[in-house]
Amino acid sequence: MTDFQLDSHTPKGNLENRWTQHKFDLKIVSPANRKKYNIIVVGTGLAGAAAAASLGEMGYNVKTFCFQDSPRRAHSIAAQGGINAAKNYQNDGDSTWRLFYDTIKGGDYRARESNVFRLAELSTSIIDQAVAQGVPFAREYSGYLANRSFGGAQVSRTFYARGQTGQQLLLGAYQAMSKQIDDGTITHHSRSEMQDLILIDGKAKGIVSRDLVTGKLESHMADVVVLCTGGYGNVFYLSTNAKGCNASAVWRAHKQGALFANPCFTQIHPTCIPQAGKLQSKLTLMSESLRNDGRIWAPKNKADCDKKPEEISEEDRDYFLERMYPAFGNLVPRDIASRAVKLICDEGRGVGHDIDGKKLGVYLDFAKAIEIHGLDAISEKYGNLFDMYRHIAAEDPYTTPMRIYPAVHYTMGGLWVDYNLMTSIDGLFAGGEANFSDHGANRLGASALMQGLADGYFVLPSTVSNYLAHQKPLDITRNYPEAEQALQACKDKIQQLMNAPDPQKTPDEFHRQLGQIIWNACGMAREKSVLEQSIAEIKTLRDQFWQQVKITGSDETLNQTLERAGRIADFFELAELMCIDALTREESCGCHAREEHITDDGEAQRHDDDFSYVAAWQYSGNLSVPVLYKEELHFEFVRPTTRNYR
Amino acid sequence: MIYKLHVWRQQNADSQGEFEQHEIDVNDDTSFLEMLDALNEQLIEADKEAIAFDFDCREGICGSCNLVINGTPHGKHQATTTCQQYMRDYADEQELWIEPWRATAFPIIKDLIVDRTSFEKIIQAGGYIEIRTGSAGEANTIPIEKQVADAAFDSATCIGCGACVAACPNASATLFVAAKVTHLSTLPQGRMDKKRAEKLLTAMDEQGFGGCSNYRECERVCPKEISVSTITTMNKLLYQGRD
Repeated sequence: MTDFQLDSHTPKGNLENRWTQHKFDLKIVSPANRKKYNIIVVGTGLAGAAAAASLGEMGYNVKTFCFQDSPRRAHSIAAQGGINAAKNYQNDGDSTWRLFYDTIKGGDYRARESNVFRLAELSTSIIDQAVAQGVPFAREYSGYLANRSFGGAQVSRTFYARGQTGQQLLLGAYQAMSKQIDDGTITHHSRSEMQDLILIDGKAKGIVSRDLVTGKLESHMADVVVLCTGGYGNVFYLSTNAKGCNASAVWRAHKQGALFANPCFTQIHPTCIPQAGKLQSKLTLMSESLRNDGRIWAPKNKADCDKKPEEISEEDRDYFLERMYPAFGNLVPRDIASRAVKLICDEGRGVGHDIDGKKLGVYLDFAKAIEIHGLDAISEKYGNLFDMYRHIAAEDPYTTPMRIYPAVHYTMGGLWVDYNLMTSIDGLFAGGEANFSDHGANRLGASALMQGLADGYFVLPSTVSNYLAHQKPLDITRNYPEAEQALQACKDKIQQLMNAPDPQKTPDEFHRQLGQIIWNACGMAREKSVLEQSIAEIKTLRDQFWQQVKITGSDETLNQTLERAGRIADFFELAELMCIDALTREESCGCHAREEHITDDGEAQRHDDDFSYVAAWQYSGNLSVPVLYKEELHFEFVRPTTRNYR
Repeated sequence: MIYKLHVWRQQNADSQGEFEQHEIDVNDDTSFLEMLDALNEQLIEADKEAIAFDFDCREGICGSCNLVINGTPHGKHQATTTCQQYMRDYADEQELWIEPWRATAFPIIKDLIVDRTSFEKIIQAGGYIEIRTGSAGEANTIPIEKQVADAAFDSATCIGCGACVAACPNASATLFVAAKVTHLSTLPQGRMDKKRAEKLLTAMDEQGFGGCSNYRECERVCPKEISVSTITTMNKLLYQGRD
């Protein structure tokens, strides 16, 4: 691997003018020349579908890929709560600057100012775009758009479509994409998974894909490759991600030279339905918006933990978030809420199912809200979430409080990108959750949809065009030896998986074990000795995986066991990098709580002098010895302070 | 609980399929798909090929999962998807028959997985509001009555799973089409395209779906409770759109 200078290409000057000026400085491709260029977009969730649709409209030839049977199934669809935008419709003092500030602060000062400001600036256009597409956002009786509050903000700026905002926004982007498919500017491949990146002279010029129905490997060439493949939360096995979510595309790009930034920044969402049993395959999120009206509590006395919640009197209940953080109460940011819940359960005051001798759950109670606002108002706001809870937990949240516990939900880390969202590989871009760019060490609620769509609709179309304006179109009908080699390497890897020397255990069995290790090491609390030990355990288990993984069926037909094994193989490698990153960052910030760097009252202790940087890791050929590049973060417009939500 | 399972196995679109028998012991709190996960692990351990079935989010919103359980698309528990069925819902049954969606327009790919590309084609035929990225005006310029927005939302919640087709004796996709038409065409932004209903219904025919003859089975199995009143709305729009 060659040594290079990490340059974020961040514009200089007045923060408000940076994106406008930058867009003017970018080169554009004339409309007549656009169809000469080919663009590959992998992943068609919010970011990918929005980018593909927009680039298609501009007249480029776009090829899209997703592993699901339709782009409409991407996991963006499960985002419940809403999308932030600095519209200031509530006249409560919101502005681009305030959204920018909240996001930087919420991320615990580990994100780039320029990127975050651009995000805040673009937020309003996203709402305009979505409404025009027919996204049925909630409205007031006046007919104008409604807003609600969300964690980490004191203004009401979240737009929502009941508890299905992600679904509605994704359908908007999917429908825009469908139009382009009909117009012939997009060729879409469903049930198709990227296996590797094809580089020609160090530039991203294509991908190898596997048709998940026929098992056929194919190479696809293009002038630029855009990865919008989501996050890697499934490394933990149990997470709120869809079962298919995986890190394979970004990880394989990483091994081809793309730097991986802040891999240990993984968000644990405070309000998920607790694990009920051993066969559990995933965890379900209950939208953070519930914290607007629900009050979180646990019994004051351990002796009450086995009682029914109705039997615990008011004075024996500890509304611990309201007690610990009176200013924000139940609306503190996710990392803070999650750690507080863990603290209570570690004290032995948890409720609900016993998992390995511990009760992991606290109550989220709507009794008060129903008393004040009435059953109808609460049902109107959260009806579908309550139904979902009732299906899963077999309890009625209208009459008994929900039980919740934190679960892995989102990954702030991802491929390192510059201001143009280009990775350290020339011609390889990353958008949405797949990149690391905007959320620092913690993402605020209702900001993921905002970022995915800002990247997809507004950033990538400009920056990808600029990149193409500097390229001569590649002849994609030719055969390239680089493509042949990449294809052969993918074939070999699949054969290795299919033919483990001593097949004994199912891929899922390995995945569950890996999940357990990484949850203990790199979950809500991290500690040097545990991280070091876990790295050793991951390596041992990884070796065992390649020796003993058992896959039945053939690789020349639809084989979900093989698909899963391929993804788990990548998780095994990524897990080690996450631990190395967590070990190296000797501070606490946002989601990253190092036990050694927590104040006496349980607050994260940042060390700005030493760690105000983005950790961008380069694959060195040896998984255990990655090379660290530091992108120093400079704060010109906000002064990093200790986050205080008390 | 011990269940006797009859699971549809079919190697590919062209081969003959059949029911395969299995037995499994799981507890009440296991979800239906987790029960199949457990069965698959047993099969792999016994050197057999795992049963192929579609799933993804496992929280009832992505629309991937699609099993017919004892004759009912998405199973016994109404108004929800297959992934939100729990074994406790089947406590009083000993035998479970598990099949894929069956419709000409949804050919079987393997075992319980079907090809729903035909739904994609319907949306591509006009299931969108044309608006070039960046050209939208300020969102609050056009107020929309709350009940109109709410009604649009109710139809927009369709997850495109295809249960309506699987339940319909005609294998019609009318409810799917009507939901999209009602969602888009009742909003002021979507009223421009007067031919949407016609275009989508034509695409439905071309894809090999049957027509609607008011059995209303679709409404009964819809996990998102899309109402057949959307079909009335669509029919009205269809006639209004005629030249």
